[in-house]
This record gives sequence, C-alpha cells and structure tokens, in this order.
Amino acid sequence: MSLGGLALRLTESQHRVILGNCYDGLPNEACGLLLGPMLAGAPTGAVSEARPCVNADASARTYTVAPKDLLRAMRDAEGRGDEIVGVWHSHTHTDAYPSPTDVRQAVDPSWIYVIVSLKHDAPMLRAYQIVDGEIAELAVQLARDT
Amino acid sequence: MAVDVKIPTVLRAQTDGQASIAADGATVGEIFDGLVARYPGIKANLIGDDGGLHKFVNVYVNDDDIRFLDKLDTKVSSGDTISILPAVAGG
Repeated sequence: MSLGGLALRLTESQHRVILGNCYDGLPNEACGLLLGPMLAGAPTGAVSEARPCVNADASARTYTVAPKDLLRAMRDAEGRGDEIVGVWHSHTHTDAYPSPTDVRQAVDPSWIYVIVSLKHDAPMLRAYQIVDGEIAELAVQLARDT
Repeated sequence: MAVDVKIPTVLRAQTDGQASIAADGATVGEIFDGLVARYPGIKANLIGDDGGLHKFVNVYVNDDDIRFLDKLDTKVSSGDTISILPAVAGG
C-alpha cells in the first residue's frame, strides 16, 4: 500500500505532551490518542490534539486505552469535525518499533501508530501505519506552536 | 424507538462510510440485529463466536458500558446513543 508521502505533523507542545505522558506512566506503558482531521477516511498527518489516556492494563508490557477515555475522545473529536487519527504508547525497555502484539492488535489500518521508546536516556518517538500486518514507517515533522 | 449508533472509523468500510446510523429496537441486541441486516459485513466485528458481544469491542449506551448492564439485552430508549468502540491495545 502506498502511503502517499503521509507524514505525522506534531506541534512542539503536542510532542512534549506525548513524551511527558510516557515518562509519567513509568514504570508502566503509557498511551494516548491523536485527534485530527481525516480526508476521505484517511488522516492528513495533522493533529489537533494529543490526549493522554489511562492505560487500563496498568502494565509495563501491554496497554489498553481505557474505553471511557476512548468514548470521550470520539465525542470530542466528532464535536469539532475531527476523528481519532492515531494512538501512541510507550515501550519502556524496547525499541520504538511495533511489537508482534502491536501488529496483531492494530485496530485501524487508517490510523497512525506512534511508539515512544524510553530504552535509552533520550526518548525516541517514531510513527507507523500498520496495514494487514505490514509495517510502514512515517516521517515525523515537528512544527513550532502558533 | 430511534437511537443513534456511532460507528468507529475502522467499521465504516462496512457501513457505506456512515459514521452515525439511526436504528430502531428495544435492546442493544435488537439494534445490532437491524444493523447486521443492513450491513452484513459488520457482524464479525460485533458478535463473537458464542453469540455474545465480541471481546475486542466495547459498547456504551450513553455513558454506560453494556458489559456492566445487561450486555446485549441492555434496554435502550428513543434518543439514546449507542457508541461502538474498538479495543485499542497493544504491547
């Protein structure tokens, strides 16, 4: 599947929110949802909000976005003409690359999957799409807050 | 009794792109039967092999998870909103 040059575009403050959420979640994995526009059922790469969510698993190995957080995010997104366009989670001791569990449980082929590795001193944030078990990495662009 | 059913992006390929569907029924199960009759492709995502709610789906009536109510027998009233939520999870 061609991704048509799709890149994830985060503002510096959204980037900070995501990394902060991942550190706050330690020793467990942390997770959150990306809200933004979709065109013809596909994300544009723009993000209107990075929203931290509760990891209902409270686990260092797995995450599940708390359904109530997902419900609220869906409602809020719909209320402003956005959609949920992706999800992030942390890998506390492994690389920023989708695990077999991530690939198996990837829920929506249109979504952007962000993984933050906290394995090293500096966090590593990378983004992917996962379609029919195939992993494709997306560029991540940081923009100044306006 | 018309209720509003919210369809997540991942299931819209099965609902002709509809994000929100008006449906009639007295329980969540009846609403889902009607949805499946209109959009057969959605069944495998909603209903598990045991005939109950699929384990990778959460369904809310307004603010309440039907697993903590009467599951598919949960009653609905006109004006209620049923939200279908995929399990967003990984490792």
